[in-house]
Amino acid sequence: MDQYHWVPFWPRTAALNAVVVNNLYIAELGLCGLIIAMVVGMMMTFCVRYRQGSTVSRADRVKKTWHWEITWTTATLVAFLVLFCWGASIYIWLFKTPPGDIEIYVVAKQWMWKFQHPGGQREIDTLHVPVDKTIRLVMASQDVIHSFFVPAFRVKRDVVSGTYETIWFKATKTGTYQIECSQFCGVQHATMKGYVVVMTPADYAAWLTSHGIRESLALQGEALFRQYGCSGCHGANSTVHAPTLVGLYGSIVHLQNGGAVRADERYIHDKILMPNEQIPAGYPSNVMPSFAGQISEDNILKLVAYIQSIGSQEFSR
Amino acid sequence: MTTIAIDLPRNYATEENTIVSWLFTKDHKRIALLFFASITFFFFIGGFAATMIRLHLATPGGLLQPSVYNRMFTVHGVMMVWFFLIPSIPNTFGNFFLPMMIGAHDLAFPRVNLLSWYVFNLSGLVLLYALVMGGIDTGWTFYPPYSTQYASGYVFAAALAVFINGFSSIMTSLNFVVTTHRLRAPGMTWLRLPLFVWAMYSVSIVMLTATPVLAMDMFLLCVERFIGVGMFDPSRGGDPILWQHMFWFYSHPAVYIMILPAMGVVSELISCYARRPIFGYLGMVMALMAIAIISFFVWAHHMFVAGISIYSAVVFSLLSFFVAVPSAIKVFNWTVSLHKGSIVFDAPMLYALGFVLLFTIGGLTGLIVATLAVDVHVHDTYFVIAHFHYIMVGGTVSAFFGGLHYWWPKMTGRFYPESWARFAATLTFVGFNLTFFPQFILGYLGMPRRYYTYVPAWESWNLLSSAGASILAVAYALPLFYLGWSLLYGRRAGPNPWGATGLEWTTPSPPPTHNWELTPTVKLGPYSYNPEDGSYITQDGVKHAYV
Amino acid sequence: MPMSSRTISPEIQYADLSQQGDTAQLGMWVFITTETLFFGTLIFTYYIYRILYSHEFDVAARDAVLWCGSANIGILITSSLTMVLAINAAADGRRRAMIWWLIATAALGMCFLGIKGYEYNLDYNDKVVPVANFEMKPGEAPAGELFWVFYWVGTGLHAIHLTIGVGLVLYMLLWRIRRGEITPDYYAPLEVVGLYWSFVDTVWLFLFPSIYLVGRS
Repeated sequence: MDQYHWVPFWPRTAALNAVVVNNLYIAELGLCGLIIAMVVGMMMTFCVRYRQGSTVSRADRVKKTWHWEITWTTATLVAFLVLFCWGASIYIWLFKTPPGDIEIYVVAKQWMWKFQHPGGQREIDTLHVPVDKTIRLVMASQDVIHSFFVPAFRVKRDVVSGTYETIWFKATKTGTYQIECSQFCGVQHATMKGYVVVMTPADYAAWLTSHGIRESLALQGEALFRQYGCSGCHGANSTVHAPTLVGLYGSIVHLQNGGAVRADERYIHDKILMPNEQIPAGYPSNVMPSFAGQISEDNILKLVAYIQSIGSQEFSR
Repeated sequence: MTTIAIDLPRNYATEENTIVSWLFTKDHKRIALLFFASITFFFFIGGFAATMIRLHLATPGGLLQPSVYNRMFTVHGVMMVWFFLIPSIPNTFGNFFLPMMIGAHDLAFPRVNLLSWYVFNLSGLVLLYALVMGGIDTGWTFYPPYSTQYASGYVFAAALAVFINGFSSIMTSLNFVVTTHRLRAPGMTWLRLPLFVWAMYSVSIVMLTATPVLAMDMFLLCVERFIGVGMFDPSRGGDPILWQHMFWFYSHPAVYIMILPAMGVVSELISCYARRPIFGYLGMVMALMAIAIISFFVWAHHMFVAGISIYSAVVFSLLSFFVAVPSAIKVFNWTVSLHKGSIVFDAPMLYALGFVLLFTIGGLTGLIVATLAVDVHVHDTYFVIAHFHYIMVGGTVSAFFGGLHYWWPKMTGRFYPESWARFAATLTFVGFNLTFFPQFILGYLGMPRRYYTYVPAWESWNLLSSAGASILAVAYALPLFYLGWSLLYGRRAGPNPWGATGLEWTTPSPPPTHNWELTPTVKLGPYSYNPEDGSYITQDGVKHAYV
Repeated sequence: MPMSSRTISPEIQYADLSQQGDTAQLGMWVFITTETLFFGTLIFTYYIYRILYSHEFDVAARDAVLWCGSANIGILITSSLTMVLAINAAADGRRRAMIWWLIATAALGMCFLGIKGYEYNLDYNDKVVPVANFEMKPGEAPAGELFWVFYWVGTGLHAIHLTIGVGLVLYMLLWRIRRGEITPDYYAPLEVVGLYWSFVDTVWLFLFPSIYLVGRS
């Protein structure tokens, strides 16, 4: 929980990229301060010196202005380009999600955050993570657009309905940090909050066990895979002309229309809801029914986790 | 003084004074005043909502129901953006002074101009209907799928109001573009146009190009909301991000629609009250046009965390930095325009200097939000709120009040009370900074926008902001009283009380119905002030001594 | 000119009639720019979905009534010709010809609307009205419904524009020309209407292939 003893000026800094963003922000504040001081300084000086009634000479005003214009155009352009490159390089680093040490599935809905750990532990509005590990979040929205925001980590990402968004962070300090929803999502938008609890690895392991080793997400997904009848077509003994899903995750799928796409979480999610988009080459369309509206985002995540697990099995073999 | 007993000379306002003559007038000056009445009305509705927002946020507990609070910030946004800021300067001062500044007898299409006012009011009525029936809580951005499927309230009516409002924007801006092209007086070449006219021209181009896109956007939203075909509903194949692209393709240029006219007004004010030519006239013109053009290529910087591709984000960030360059040029030029001037600190000049400072802060914080990595943190927080209020309220509204005082004697034939006006200008500056500066800090602390409640640690800054807002409210209400007073009891103004050089000051105050008996001939460019002896030459070539 | 036409004086803000006429035309051109962006946004959005769901849209588009669209494009192009001939006649002072060509233009416009109405009727019976009366046929996918949304929005907005166009031509015939306000010296209002007419025509030139032709091969 964010606690301050006095009026707060600065958010807590508790993640790898938060430090980086802070540095850039401080540099920008410095530059802004400099420019404002310059403008205010010039303005004040001129206002006093050239007020009406003062006897200072007004002769020999600058008449040719173009070299001044070019000077400050160039100066601002150079300064801006530096800031741009700095900011863009961090952004690229931040949004090119690295493989996570731990992958956690997040479902946002009005007005709560639901988290599912790979071991099957589920939480609402609280997320327990170990310190100094890269945590990768795969996020889906069940209804409207939300936005996952942890100020102390300086990370934010909209959770757009109908697609998966990923984000990662690496907490550097243990403690409890606020999660906010920063995209307006309805009446109780302001209460769609939660906490990230960053723990030492030992505490985290203890927390995992104390919350019971339930069925892992992938196992739960496997049950659903049978329950929804997926295995009837995609299973090993199926006679239907449907692609096997073993080894699918992470592979490149060649499509009927000549394109190719990487089978990531988003692709699998979309195929469950819209099976007739992005049809793989060699398979007929209009065979698989759409599961849109029949399966919740939570359950899709479990299915994805299952398909991911049989993909990585194949991969590791 | 027997001011009231003296009959005014025949002018546009007294020529024929029946209600019908006002409602069916084709005179651009009367239509400007009609617009003035409408936008003032909407300004105070939007202002009322703002007051409620700040009162509510003074404590974390608040005083409104969450659903009421959400309706308040939506009303505030929709009213202020489409019913005050966008029409504010163009439809009032632009309407009144653009023809006079270029030496025309009226706008090119007076009937279209009048129709624009009726359409504007019609859209206002539709929006008021939506409010009275229970309001809307989507925010002014109407993001689907919230707005199309989940929001309660009269989203359809509100979106329809915005759609209709677009017709008014298009009609007025079309009139301005055509008028500037075809109706300039003999001798009024493009590079002799006052910067206010250039600002009106560039803003009209932006309005004409951006508004149709919003119109189609709002139209599709209405269709989607009304019959629910799933155009923006991901579960039926639609793409909510596409809507955001289309929305910001209008709404980012809309920010420049709000600020470009203000830049024009301030250029007039600074040159007149510093009694010297504006520094770098050509640079100012090019900067206006550059802003107008580049503004179309930066829209996706509103979507850096919405899941657009990394590379498009990088490109849009770069372009956003580019649009800041011409803005910086303008700030430097205004500041240097004070150099070796002979500066008079009348109320309009105080507003103008305040504008330059607040716009500088707003523009520089714009750089911070354009920087990708920092934007990830401050996006959708109070930092962004503070940033755009510095531009739109600190910038545009200050310029609006500055222009209002500057042209008041021309429009009404009477002076406003100077000391009251200076007091209001100072109060605006103080109140504004108190209200919005704390929001920068709140934003970096991580307070998201549109929150009806917040953690107790943020209370001090919110309280300070609310306190500032109450000062700001007084500062904005004050002119209503003293300007109203001056209509009846103000000192009479001559044709050119400030010794300004624009053509509009060569007519009597208030001007006659068709501005001039004979079309004036223009001999030279604007801003021929000489700070050494105070003399100035109006654009029709007549040299005046400074009084 | 057989009839006595009234002497027309320019409005107060214009130096002469030719300036007034030029300005009116420029105004219409600027307006057409905004209209282009309006329809352009729709067509742009349509193609985004068309690329996203190319197969579904292709299948859905086969239900569009091709002969109605094709007949209508012929009618509209012809009507643009008659419109231009009317303006030519106005410039030469051939009042009778001008009136007849304008009547032909309005008639062709109404003919378009008649065919369009008939097509809408066929569409309704074919159950391709999204939400209200929609039935997915075998081989079709849900995204196909989006095609029909664009179909109705696009052709509907076009039909509204064309109705306004017919109204403007009738206004010219029944009011401006009858009162003798269109003369060989000043026929700018007719030219402005002609510009608008050609624009509406051009919109169909883009809508027709987008809706009826793409993906039919």
